[in-house]
Amino acid sequence: MDALLAIAVGVLTACGVFLILRARTFPVLLGLTLLSYAVNLFLFASGRLRVDAPPLIRAGASALTNYTDPLPQALVLTAIVIGFGMTAYLAMLALRSLSESGSDHVDTDQQP
Amino acid sequence: MLVNSSLLLAAIPATAFAAFPLPLLLQRYGRASAALAAAAVMATCLALLLLLAPATLAGSTELVQLAWLPDYGLDLSLRLDGLGLLFSLLICGIGLLVVLYAAYYLPASDRLGRFYATLLLFMAAMLGIVLSENLLMLLVFWEITSLSSFLLVAYHSDKYESRSAARMALAVTGGGGFALLAGILLLGHIAGSYELSVILAAGDRIHAHALYAPTLILILLGAFTKSAQFPFHFWLPTAMTAPTPVSAYLHSATMVKAGIFLLARLYPALGSSDLWFWLVGGTGAVTLIYAAAMALFRHDIKGLLAYSTISQLGLITLLFGLDTPLSVVAGLFHVINHAIFKASLFMAAGVIDHECGTRDMRRVNGMFRYMPITATLAIIAAGSMAGVPLLNGFLSKEMFFAETVSYPQFEPLGWALPLFATIAGMLAVAYSSRFVHDVFFNGEPIDLPRQPHEPPRWMRAPIELLVLLCLLVGIFPGWTVGPLLDAAAAATLQDTIPSFRLALWHGFNQPLLMSTLALAGGVLIYVLRAPLFAWQEQLPRMHPRTAFERFHRHLASSARRLVAMLDNGSLQRYNALLFSFVVLLAGWAFLSGPTAGIRLPGQAADAAGVAALIALLIGAVGATLLYRERLLAVILVSVVGLVVALTFIRFSAPDLALTQLAVETGTIILMLLVLYYLPPRQAAKSSAQRLARDLLLAAFAGAGLGLITLRMLAAPLETIAGFYLEQSIPGGGGANVVNVILVDFRGFDTLGEITVLAMVALASHALLDRLVLFAPGQDADGRRWAGEAHPLFLSMLIRPLLPLALTVSVYIFLRGHNEPGGGFVAGLITSVALVMQYLGNGIAFAQPRLPRQPARLLALGLLLAAGIGVASWFFARPFLTSAHGHVQLPLLGDIELASAMVFDLGVYVVVVTVVLTVLSGLGELSLRARYRSET
Repeated sequence: MDALLAIAVGVLTACGVFLILRARTFPVLLGLTLLSYAVNLFLFASGRLRVDAPPLIRAGASALTNYTDPLPQALVLTAIVIGFGMTAYLAMLALRSLSESGSDHVDTDQQP
Repeated sequence: MLVNSSLLLAAIPATAFAAFPLPLLLQRYGRASAALAAAAVMATCLALLLLLAPATLAGSTELVQLAWLPDYGLDLSLRLDGLGLLFSLLICGIGLLVVLYAAYYLPASDRLGRFYATLLLFMAAMLGIVLSENLLMLLVFWEITSLSSFLLVAYHSDKYESRSAARMALAVTGGGGFALLAGILLLGHIAGSYELSVILAAGDRIHAHALYAPTLILILLGAFTKSAQFPFHFWLPTAMTAPTPVSAYLHSATMVKAGIFLLARLYPALGSSDLWFWLVGGTGAVTLIYAAAMALFRHDIKGLLAYSTISQLGLITLLFGLDTPLSVVAGLFHVINHAIFKASLFMAAGVIDHECGTRDMRRVNGMFRYMPITATLAIIAAGSMAGVPLLNGFLSKEMFFAETVSYPQFEPLGWALPLFATIAGMLAVAYSSRFVHDVFFNGEPIDLPRQPHEPPRWMRAPIELLVLLCLLVGIFPGWTVGPLLDAAAAATLQDTIPSFRLALWHGFNQPLLMSTLALAGGVLIYVLRAPLFAWQEQLPRMHPRTAFERFHRHLASSARRLVAMLDNGSLQRYNALLFSFVVLLAGWAFLSGPTAGIRLPGQAADAAGVAALIALLIGAVGATLLYRERLLAVILVSVVGLVVALTFIRFSAPDLALTQLAVETGTIILMLLVLYYLPPRQAAKSSAQRLARDLLLAAFAGAGLGLITLRMLAAPLETIAGFYLEQSIPGGGGANVVNVILVDFRGFDTLGEITVLAMVALASHALLDRLVLFAPGQDADGRRWAGEAHPLFLSMLIRPLLPLALTVSVYIFLRGHNEPGGGFVAGLITSVALVMQYLGNGIAFAQPRLPRQPARLLALGLLLAAGIGVASWFFARPFLTSAHGHVQLPLLGDIELASAMVFDLGVYVVVVTVVLTVLSGLGELSLRARYRSET
């Protein structure tokens, strides 16, 4: 399973980076979303992959080893929401820049 | 004494620094007020000094210490001993005269507030240098003098010459200050303290240390640049574009002496070694002779004075380099004498410039007839500079000659040093003669812009006083400066002072012979100047200044090229550079890290896992390949989002899965809304070269992060999870550890995060404000967009869904502390439910029915979250401490209430507002959009 996750992270990163390097705003938006997935998965994996061990304390269960690491989950949870904020902000920037320059190229100043 | 003397000492720099803006504040009441304020500040400092002077002259050292940053060895500590007293008397005394002089010198149209304020700041910093006990503090003051002198030199800031001269002075002295900083850090490291008391007593330890040589060289670089020693001297003649009062103050009496002061101050710690002798003595000797020769050939009066200053500073440096107790005494004595005669000469030069409109000695001739009093004063001062008997300059030059004759080392070449000194003396006489003869005699003035006459009475007063001092010191040296010199020498040497006799007449001896030779030879050189000038004219123009300027230009143009290469305004370029750098850095760290191989997984891959991966690959790679098919790409990306959510479910993260699903919905709606406005035009294909670069970068980044993930998963897990799991229920009152972490343990982080979200909402609101976009009337294939009303079925179905969805989100919110859920998830669900109303019923229906005050709602959310944090202060607990308890509610039964829920409510409000602001803001665009077909 670890290898599958590593492949997923790697491929998402590669696709994200490639799309972020495109010249139009829309693929950059897509790339940022893919890169966020990759980073979130990576952070999540730092707590290791465990099945059937959600960090919800069950009454009576005393052994704390039956739970997965909650800290990366907390970090990733906010990261997901912040990631949405980032994407939204980038989308607004893209629209504003389209209205100011009439182009959806990321380097509007470079347009002759 | 009535007042505590430590307090008096602390009051000197405190007064100067506190009062320096005074002239600026008072200039609206006229020039005189500004000048009076400046004079009052200088006089106050002088008076405080004079109160402290008797004890200091008696040999005591006054120390004041205030702990500031003791961990870094930086304390506010002051020290007043003989050396400090000598320099501070010069700074305040000559400063006072310069204030008076400047009021007459500077054009009547100048308001002077800025000038005097800068001058006072400079004076304050100079006092700081000479009164510092802590070397780090000394360095801070040192830099302030560089900065304030920059402002003073660039006083005529509308002239290019002034600005470039100021820049050069700042670059050279600032560069020296940088070296000095390194030197002082080394010195502090060696001595174990930055306090002078410790450093001055640690001379032997410092000399024996392996870092002695670099320390000495770095500190000397600082001193030599400040004191304009060869080859760093070139900034001083250039800085003569400064107004003459500035030159008289900075470039004769004070700032250029700061380097000398440093030599004297650190003499017990750094002096007395061969390296010191060769570096300090050698630099001083070269500067002395080179600048004296240069002074002779200047045609500008101030240029001549500038080079003569450099030469005299070289003389003082040489005296310190000779490294005998008596030569140090002579050096200190010459510091006083030079300050007095050179300040008066600069002021006289300023008078001539002021009266004639030019300073060119080829045109300014015969001034004796037009201004006899000024001329007499200037001639006496020039005589002092040349070393004519009865004047103070004679005495210190005599001591210099005596030192060269009796110099103990150098046995085989015993005659060389006296000969060298005599030649230097001749040159000094020669340039002094040139100044006197060319300016005041030598025929009639040629083509002057103005008719010269005597200056105003009070403009001449400072010169009169200084020249009077030249005579007094020259005739009654023991009575006038004897005690001060004794105290200063004792403080410099940190030892008993050698016996010496300050007197005009020492009998017929070798130094007297040398003086006579110098006077005769100097006059002879001046008489024979014509062939010398001709010879100098045909010398190739090789000047350190041009070298500096070339270096400066080269530096600036390379910087421009580098900037043009990196910062060409292209986001694509920045991103590529950024990713390359990250890949390189991470690759380097990865390869140089532990080389334990990557162990392949413990858990076997199962069919579901493989299927999920395949779906994810199809989504990600498909979106990347087909990103030009925008709608398809959005759908493919949403597939990836779903797989990620499933991954979270599989690996025990229900909260993350909920959040991911809700966010996914929002993201897709967002992208579709954006897509509607983006021009349908297809992007041009990237060039093959760029495609290759991007693919390579992407491959490296992907492979790298994949490998890092593998290695991380293979490494043994070290976690602090135990604490959170244990404390979740007793400490946070909740069974859902992730939620407890978010709203309780790491609540402060979350507060920061929702603040960021709130900022996103505000920024989006601003970006969308009055934004008008073209909406396409048809899609890329030429089909018109549907213009019908929203389907009745959909809108009717969606309206009753709202209360249902809201109930679910309240449920998710309330259970969040113990079960998967919480403010983030509930907020996302609520906002999706509300956005559904927009989708189903249209913006015109939904807009009026929903709150439209994002700023207020955001503030409410943040206040809820921060307020509950602050509330814990009232229970004498740290910020964001939570409390919890159980409440029995009818129907619902036992409910656990934690104060953290209020915090979570804040999170909820912010999340809802952010999502709604962004999405409804985008939706609203359609109300304003212009249709392409209509335009």
